[in-house]
Amino acid sequence: MQRVKALYENEFDQGLAPAVHFENVGVRYGMGPEVLRDLTFSIEPRSFQFLTGPSGAGKTTLLRLILLSVRPTRGLVSLFGQDVSKISKDGLTALRRRMGVVFQDFRLLDHLTTYENVALPLRVQGKEEASYRAEVVELLRWVGLGDRMHVLPPVLSGGEKQRAAIARALIVRPDLLLADEPTGNVDPSLARRLLRLFIELNRLGTSVVIATHDFSLMDQLNVRRLVLGDGHLHIDA
Amino acid sequence: MSEPSSPNPRQPPAERPLPASLRRNAPLVPVESAGGRALAAVIAILTFLAALCAGGAELVAASSAQWQSAVSREITIQVRPQAQRSIEADIEQAVSLARRAPGVEEVQTFSKAESERLLEPWLGTGLDFSDLPVPRLIVIKLQEGTQPDFSGLRQALREKVPTASLDDHALWLTRLSTMANTVIVVGLVLVILVLVAASLAVTFATRGAMAGNREVVDVLHFVGANDDYIAREFQRRFFRLGLRGSAMGAGAALIVTIILGMLTRSWRASPAGDQLEALFGSFSIGWRGYATVILIALIVAFITAAISRLTVRRFLNEAG
Repeated sequence: MQRVKALYENEFDQGLAPAVHFENVGVRYGMGPEVLRDLTFSIEPRSFQFLTGPSGAGKTTLLRLILLSVRPTRGLVSLFGQDVSKISKDGLTALRRRMGVVFQDFRLLDHLTTYENVALPLRVQGKEEASYRAEVVELLRWVGLGDRMHVLPPVLSGGEKQRAAIARALIVRPDLLLADEPTGNVDPSLARRLLRLFIELNRLGTSVVIATHDFSLMDQLNVRRLVLGDGHLHIDA
Repeated sequence: MSEPSSPNPRQPPAERPLPASLRRNAPLVPVESAGGRALAAVIAILTFLAALCAGGAELVAASSAQWQSAVSREITIQVRPQAQRSIEADIEQAVSLARRAPGVEEVQTFSKAESERLLEPWLGTGLDFSDLPVPRLIVIKLQEGTQPDFSGLRQALREKVPTASLDDHALWLTRLSTMANTVIVVGLVLVILVLVAASLAVTFATRGAMAGNREVVDVLHFVGANDDYIAREFQRRFFRLGLRGSAMGAGAALIVTIILGMLTRSWRASPAGDQLEALFGSFSIGWRGYATVILIALIVAFITAAISRLTVRRFLNEAG
């Protein structure tokens, strides 16, 4: 099993396996109807795409499927070349450490400062603070939170929270970045700046998926769009 | 907000100096809430009760050891008066036999007046005891650490002084020992019950904390924390809570013990004080008692940590 896992990881690392691969995936909540049906798509390494669709189309559910916080009711999901249907808890943790996620509702921990929130992914990996302090501070300064790093999230504005959430997702230099409406609470100029940050991250090797229904944001980049509607996924290349 | 000079977050850090310490070492799991304080109070109360039970058991154990050593170092020969025999001659004979017995340190004869005085508490003063057949007592003190065999002395007394009987207090010692052991066992059972109650309180508090911090646990999972890491975080927080609560409870128990010790010393001259002292000795638990109380506080803190960790692991497994 370890050998197979290593083989898959190597395939991904060699650019052979996609970061995310869905095949005929469907998901339903309880006994209700399928909210997502027959999803078949891949997210290639180092790719950049928008995930769009009207409100309630299932963008967040799709991101949660990739994050494995929602399990598919049918179909095959593989992440970084690894089938996740029988993944162990440790395997799940290892996969999540390769992903950065920006939640629509930020999900910052209110009892930790901005700095501590951004450093959280490194802290839970057991890294010494001295080894990442400069990097965290630099990223905070870059997203414009240099003078807000000692502040607790309840004091931050919506835009500042969003930037802190983005910084937390970027700090581990993930292989895959999932961002749910990452520019929903910021002005257009900051939205452009954050988009440039995602592009730069993508150039450095991270696959990026940005869920948004902001057409002005999407029009700034000529990249693949995954369009969700009526539970189905349509790929607009 | 200024426009960035470079959009590359991976470039080396800027020239500006960094603050010396950025982290406040804030816990990842906030359990210092009202619930956390209530749990610390419950742990303090339970530790207080457990420490009192253990201290009481230790007090009884120490006192019973004192009684037993005092009682077992003494045996008594009772010489009953008989019309046909001279009691003084019998006493003399019994004393001489006792002095020859092995392990005997001192033989003390109660005079007629002393023997009669022993009856005063029951019969009152000013009575003429000359008509009463008051037995006479010979108290034999044994050498420390010896447990001689008295069958020879008993046999000799039976042959030469038939009016004498030897009492080695074996019956009393057995009863005393049984009573003391019962009290100690009851104390230990109470300590165990209190520890079980503390464990259950911690289990409920941990499950409550987990449910209240579900959002935090989710975020920790998403940023790459595994169950073991999360369980350790909860364990660390609950250990501190447990240590704080148990230290308060044990401290209160020690203060109560010290105050009771002072009170019994101040009552020493009164009849009630004499009774208490007869029962509990000097009402001081000694270094072993203090060590027991501190040990109980530590056990409670460790149990709190271990139970919280187990509960978190089970909770996370149930949550999938």
